[in-house]
Amino acid sequence: MTLLPEKTDRKLGLVIDLDTCVGCHACVISCKGWNTENYGAPLSDQDPYGADPTGTFLNRVHSYEVQPEEGAAQLIHFPKSCLHCEDAPCVTVCPTGASYKRAEDGIVLVNEADCIGCGLCAWACPYGAREMDSAEKVMKKCTLCVDRIYNENLPEEDREPACVRTCPAGARHFGDFADPSSNVSKLTAERGGMDLMPEQGTKPVNKYLPPRPKDTLEMKVSGAPPLLTPIAEEPKGFLGWLDRTLGQIDGNKTGGR
Amino acid sequence: MHPAPSVILFTTLSGLGFGLLFFLGLGYPGSTGWVAFVFFALAYLLAVGGLMASTFHLGHPERALKAFTQWRSSWLSREAWCAVGALVVMGLVGLGRVFFDTHWMALGMIGAVLSVATVLTTSMIYTQLKTVPRWNTPITPMLFLSYSAAGGALLAGQIDWARILLCIVAALQLAWWIAGERALERSGTSLATATGLGPIGTPRAFEPPHTGSNYLTREMVFVVARSHAKLLRLVAVLFAFAIPLVILTMTFNHTLAGVAVISHIAGVLISRWLFFAEAEHVVGLYYGQR
Amino acid sequence: MAHRQPKLDLSPHVSDEVRKTTCYMCACRCGINVHLKDGPDGKKQVAYIEGNRDHPVNKGVLCAKGSAGIMQVNAPSRLRAPLKRVGPRGSGEFEEISWDEALDLAVSWLEPLRKTNPEKLAFFTGRDQSQSFTSFWAQNFGTPNYAAHGGFCSVNMAAAGIYTMGGAFWEFGQPDWDYTKLFMLFGVAEDHDSNPIKMGIGRIKARGARVIGVNPIRTGYNAVADDWVGITPGTDGLFILSLIHALMKAGRIDLDYLARFTNAPCLVNADTKSSEYGLLLRDEKGKSLVIDRETGKLTPFDQKGVRPDLSATYRHAGLTHRPVFHLMAEKYLDPQYAPEAVAERCGIPAARIRAIAAELARVAFDEAFELDRAWTDFRGETHKTMTGRPVSFHAMRGISAHANGFQTCRALHVLQIILGTVEVPGGFRFKPPYPKPAEAHPKPHCHATPDGPLDGPHLGFVHGPDDLALRDDGSAARIDKAFTWENPMSAHGLMHMVISNAYAGDPYKIDTLFMYMANMSWNSSMNTRGVIDMLTDRDDKGDYVIPHIIYSDAYSSEMVGYADLILPDTTYLERHDCISLLDRPICEADAAADAIRWPVIEPDRDVRGFQTVLIQLANKMKLPGFTDADGHAKYTDYADYIVNHQRKPGIGPLAGWRKPPEGSGVGGTSSDDNVGGRGSPNPEQLDKYVENGGFWTSHIPDAAQYYKPWNAAYQDWAVKLGLYDSPQPYLFNLYVEPLRRFQLAAEGHGQRQPPDHLRDRIKAYFDPLPIWYDTEGDNKGEEFPITALTQRPMAMYHSWGTQNAWLRQLHGHNPLYLPTNLMRENDLEDGDWVRVTSPHGEITVPVMHMAALNANTVWTWNAIGKRKGAWALETDAPEATRGFLLNHLIHELLPPKGDGLRWANSDPITGQAAWFDLKVRLEKAHAPAEAQPAFPPIASPVGTGPKSLTWKIGS
Ligand SMILES: Nc1nc2c(c(=O)[nH]1)N[C@H]1C(S)=C(S)[C@@H](COP(=O)(O)OP(=O)(O)OC[C@H]3O[C@@H](n4cnc5c(=O)[nH]c(N)nc54)[C@H](O)[C@@H]3O)O[C@H]1N2
Ligand SMILES: Nc1nc2c(c(=O)[nH]1)N[C@H]1C(S)=C(S)[C@@H](COP(=O)(O)OP(=O)(O)OC[C@H]3O[C@@H](n4cnc5c(=O)[nH]c(N)nc54)[C@H](O)[C@@H]3O)O[C@H]1N2
Ligand code: SF4
Ligand code: SF4
Ligand code: SF4
Ligand code: SF4
Ligand code: SF4
Ligand SMILES: [Mo]
Repeated sequence: MTLLPEKTDRKLGLVIDLDTCVGCHACVISCKGWNTENYGAPLSDQDPYGADPTGTFLNRVHSYEVQPEEGAAQLIHFPKSCLHCEDAPCVTVCPTGASYKRAEDGIVLVNEADCIGCGLCAWACPYGAREMDSAEKVMKKCTLCVDRIYNENLPEEDREPACVRTCPAGARHFGDFADPSSNVSKLTAERGGMDLMPEQGTKPVNKYLPPRPKDTLEMKVSGAPPLLTPIAEEPKGFLGWLDRTLGQIDGNKTGGR
Repeated sequence: MHPAPSVILFTTLSGLGFGLLFFLGLGYPGSTGWVAFVFFALAYLLAVGGLMASTFHLGHPERALKAFTQWRSSWLSREAWCAVGALVVMGLVGLGRVFFDTHWMALGMIGAVLSVATVLTTSMIYTQLKTVPRWNTPITPMLFLSYSAAGGALLAGQIDWARILLCIVAALQLAWWIAGERALERSGTSLATATGLGPIGTPRAFEPPHTGSNYLTREMVFVVARSHAKLLRLVAVLFAFAIPLVILTMTFNHTLAGVAVISHIAGVLISRWLFFAEAEHVVGLYYGQR
Repeated sequence: MAHRQPKLDLSPHVSDEVRKTTCYMCACRCGINVHLKDGPDGKKQVAYIEGNRDHPVNKGVLCAKGSAGIMQVNAPSRLRAPLKRVGPRGSGEFEEISWDEALDLAVSWLEPLRKTNPEKLAFFTGRDQSQSFTSFWAQNFGTPNYAAHGGFCSVNMAAAGIYTMGGAFWEFGQPDWDYTKLFMLFGVAEDHDSNPIKMGIGRIKARGARVIGVNPIRTGYNAVADDWVGITPGTDGLFILSLIHALMKAGRIDLDYLARFTNAPCLVNADTKSSEYGLLLRDEKGKSLVIDRETGKLTPFDQKGVRPDLSATYRHAGLTHRPVFHLMAEKYLDPQYAPEAVAERCGIPAARIRAIAAELARVAFDEAFELDRAWTDFRGETHKTMTGRPVSFHAMRGISAHANGFQTCRALHVLQIILGTVEVPGGFRFKPPYPKPAEAHPKPHCHATPDGPLDGPHLGFVHGPDDLALRDDGSAARIDKAFTWENPMSAHGLMHMVISNAYAGDPYKIDTLFMYMANMSWNSSMNTRGVIDMLTDRDDKGDYVIPHIIYSDAYSSEMVGYADLILPDTTYLERHDCISLLDRPICEADAAADAIRWPVIEPDRDVRGFQTVLIQLANKMKLPGFTDADGHAKYTDYADYIVNHQRKPGIGPLAGWRKPPEGSGVGGTSSDDNVGGRGSPNPEQLDKYVENGGFWTSHIPDAAQYYKPWNAAYQDWAVKLGLYDSPQPYLFNLYVEPLRRFQLAAEGHGQRQPPDHLRDRIKAYFDPLPIWYDTEGDNKGEEFPITALTQRPMAMYHSWGTQNAWLRQLHGHNPLYLPTNLMRENDLEDGDWVRVTSPHGEITVPVMHMAALNANTVWTWNAIGKRKGAWALETDAPEATRGFLLNHLIHELLPPKGDGLRWANSDPITGQAAWFDLKVRLEKAHAPAEAQPAFPPIASPVGTGPKSLTWKIGS
């Protein structure tokens, strides 16, 4: 039923590291590939070789520029798929029960056989995580690769979402947020993992790690003792220093002065 | 939001239809026989037509029955129940009026309540959406209900009610528009909260994830130029309220009444178009809207 | 109310079979698992592609292009049969012919050339991953006119690295991702080592190490960099020399490393009047000489026990010889390189430059560490530990694709070397077959004899004027004028000059242009419109100026329309391929590795693997090298060649699972009776590769992992493996003597003399120590003050990602990105259009605002713009209506200077195409119907693709 389970045993989801994501779209395409061939109907494409190519994707990578008060603008690549919210409004609005949240692990799914394609769940999702497939006319969304993570036909190490497995930069992490000792819980704690649109009250399970502070080198270095004091102003003086230094060194203790 | 014709037609027509049923349920007008038949037929045409239009919006209308299952949580499901309830009950009432020349008062009352409930549930489908701050206000159901009632009164020939209701709905419409202006800001959702990047500085959408369009941009990221919207509001007010009110102050005449009704419907359609077109879904923030 | 949910099959069937091969969507060559399912016709079809976890390159990850390979293999743009041109060139009108006809036609053009004038065939390959094979073919055909695309790609990077330190960034080395603590990246958007760089950045970020990105544009790697240095394009050399200045001035350099492993202590003739002025002092065996600190005597650099003195000079017979290090001190301590002096030109505040220098020094020296691994150097000295200097660098085309790129790349290597961070833990490490000194590479060969093979490999490294590829009259021996005075060290040839030279008949006319995988009529040429005209122009008699063009492509690219004969290739999942140690292998810094591709699916079209087609052509022409003593063909197809060809006894295209040679070799992942490296051909070799996932690796022993150029253990390992024939220890060349030899010639010394008009620039630019020079003037920087750049999108490979239904949704058109100041000055908003003018041409294109961008720079994604009619796209595809190429603005020649000459828009040393020297100006324009210039459509030989895709193999 479309009521949310009172509680889920586990809270599976993703941590996405905005400090590390290079915006390569690898996760976008591996998701497209896996989910075209697997769970439910294929993710279709319309006008794929024409003027307005468009298709269903469960994961998309945006990019944003941020202008800090001081210093250079920053650019952040921003992957976004379903956040498997604890208070998922997409589930409760669904008139058919096609949208549901799994009690055992919290994964939010669409049962395509029950979906009437009314689109209401996509309206209810603040994150743009649901897309109606134009060919199949049912709602599509990230399945957290539910057909991979428990799949006994896959080697144990591959039982993780396709997007996580493929991410070259290691910017995506999968795990159980209900378990405080899981990698995702730890990363969230250490790096200040955050919710998107907390004010929407959806209680997203997926967390985003904020970018680390940027362009801090001068501050960092100027705070340290002077490191680059000239040893001489003239080449001649430099060669004098060289002779002296060479006289002293043996082994690897150079450069350090 | 994309102003899909099916949804505009649905909300407009079914609003009018259930508005009329509401009055018919209360016994206004209390006509029977052929006259009642005409009133009821009109109401059903509008209500059922609207509902039919809404199914064009569905990807799988053949599975529509499944939509009755989730009444505990889903306003859409509740709407389905109320609509069917209202139509069934009012059908009985209609039977009584057309064929038995009687008005079953209690049943009529129930039908009227169910008709109101239908419009209320419809409006709640939109109102409940936090994602569309412009809709997410108690004024929305009031607006839908008053539109429905005013249209119903007009159709039911309840001139006095119509006059009053048209004034009320005009006021609500203005209030709704005014409240809507700053709804997104007031909702607290911004690109800064959407991305969590606010603490660093002012975020700005750079490259979209795809150069092409997608379901979300087509469905949720619709932009109307402000000047365009202003003009349309003016036209909507003119047609939905001004013209009908002027006509209603004149001496009654069937042709004129017809003009008033048509003008009102045209106005409501425009206002509904704006209801969708002007509504900003927060997902638009991700795509650089606002 | 209880929660109800459907029961799911959590273990659905994944695939019927997994076949492991190598990706081809870029030169990174990751391992892939191709999941196959039986299609409706019972034939195996590709269902899903993922990374191979065991593979040394990608270790399981895969980029967007790699995952989208399935859409590449099914692309409607695939060519279906050999094509013979029937309409005029450029019309795209063809008829399908049989392979027999196609091969006969090709032979009818080629055979007469071979018999009389082999140089009249120009065979150039683009994104070729089989260069050791294609060059072998060309060599046996006998033409001197062969090269791949390196000349317009990154020869500056490759050549500067090899001349300086026997290996380059590019794909030849990588940071020591395990230990590095500070990673500095210059001018990279994506690079060839795509996945490893991303994995590396991810790893070092995960442990909190720092990344500095030097790039005018802050996207991708530079966006995640902790510090962004938004340098003004073309000034990296100056910036780097300033870092060197600051480090030297503060004495924060690795003197011990410099003394032991570089030519800093080597003595240079300092007598300005000598004909050897500036050359290294050598003994009779040619070894450069140093003063030993222990004995104070002149000693060969590699003598056992020698402690080279960085400072001592040597005077003999009235001639003074000074160590290279003196020359460096003189040059780089000069105040012209002070941060304050360069800050404005580079667009980087002086304080920032100093901070970076200080941080480099701090991490290199104060965070130095020891690895507990003993090793013995080439002088016989054993070191108990390996000293880590955890600063690493990487760079690519951003510094390479400028006309000052060679010296800029050199400068960066000098910076690495004075910090002592090359081939040490935490620094930059070579990947086998590198390190390999320039001297160990062949020299270029260009002597063609009718009906005979060329006298040796085409490409190589010159060490002075004597090695140039000149004919007796001093004119260029090669059609691209590689290895001439105009660009003496053009180690990769000059693909970008082939068509214009062939068209001009300068240095001579050719008959047949044979190309493979290079979209030369579109995104890979400069002056695209001009090239199209050259390809289609006719002489007085009405014949095409370039008489025959043969082209091999797998897809309906723009170039297809300009060829007379098309040899349609298979896709990467349908053929054998060999990623060889003889070529550009897949090695990582800690292991030698090579790989294959094999037909994991059958082609459904009348296509053939191009390498096999070359063998068939060779057999028809009975080319030497492909024909045995009895006149029989040696190889039936490419697979046969891969297994049975031997370059030298025991050395073949693949190093894995060779049969034991007489002695024995080293093993890779091979079983006992099959060894890696040297060995005789093994008929089961390909099966072994398939069994092993398509690749072979041989781990470098621990004691040989670092200091490879000087490490006796590594040298021995490399000899065993067949990378060298004998140990090749060498010194890093801070001072590159071959450059000085060209200068000497320009100063009037020696037999071979440059033409007078080139003397000054050779004197100025061929400095044996890195310098920086401004290229703005040559590109009319005063009139055109803005630099226009391109970047590779990570999810697109040049032109060929566009035919991919998934990828083209990501990048279907490309705006020109403008910095805030230029948006304001020109009163522009996103989506407005601008006219962009360069000294050469004009384009009108849509703009978008980008704040994190150097204020003098605009840029766009590379190769998104497409010709209407190509790639099986509909003619109103956004790639053709809004997408655009900057190439229309770039010319292979610089704007006229008024000296009556047209100078090449390339590096004067290597001939590297200076793509990124492009200077432009902008003005707001009315939105045209389409991006300008708009070209008429060409006919598509394959039609267009379907209207919708619901791709699913399984049920
Ligand atoms: N996805 C993908 N990968 C590819 C390719 C592809 O097409 N797509 N192509 C492959 C090929 S052939 C090549 S050669 C490599 C090239 O790989 P890269 O070297 O990464 O090539 P570009 O994308 O041209 O990036 C050049 C970078 O240099 C910067 N730049 C330009 N001028 C300057 C300058 O003066 N100073 C500095 N510091 N930076 C500058 C640009 O902003 C840009 O970021 O990529 C290979 N890998
Ligand atoms: N403005 C600008 N222009 C540039 C650059 C830039 O940075 N800026 N970069 C330059 C550089 S570094 C490079 S390397 C060039 C790259 O330019 P090209 O080498 O021309 O690269 P592609 O456009 O990918 O074209 C390669 C051709 O190979 C074909 N192909 C693909 N797969 C196969 C196959 O399996 N078999 C065969 N036979 N053919 C196949 C493709 O269809 C395509 O036509 O572009 C250069 N052009
Ligand atoms: S992200 Fe959207 S679709 Fe996913 S659970 Fe939350 S509201 Fe539902
Ligand atoms: S589109 Fe499908 S899943 Fe979404 S609310 Fe409607 S019926 Fe439920
Ligand atoms: S978890 Fe699976 S479905 Fe979700 S975004 Fe990743 S790949 Fe796509
Ligand atoms: S694959 Fe990883 S690095 Fe690439 S866009 Fe996705 S999250 Fe970012
Ligand atoms: S980086 Fe991507 S395209 Fe290149 S070989 Fe690897 S997976 Fe293939
Ligand atoms: Mo390249």
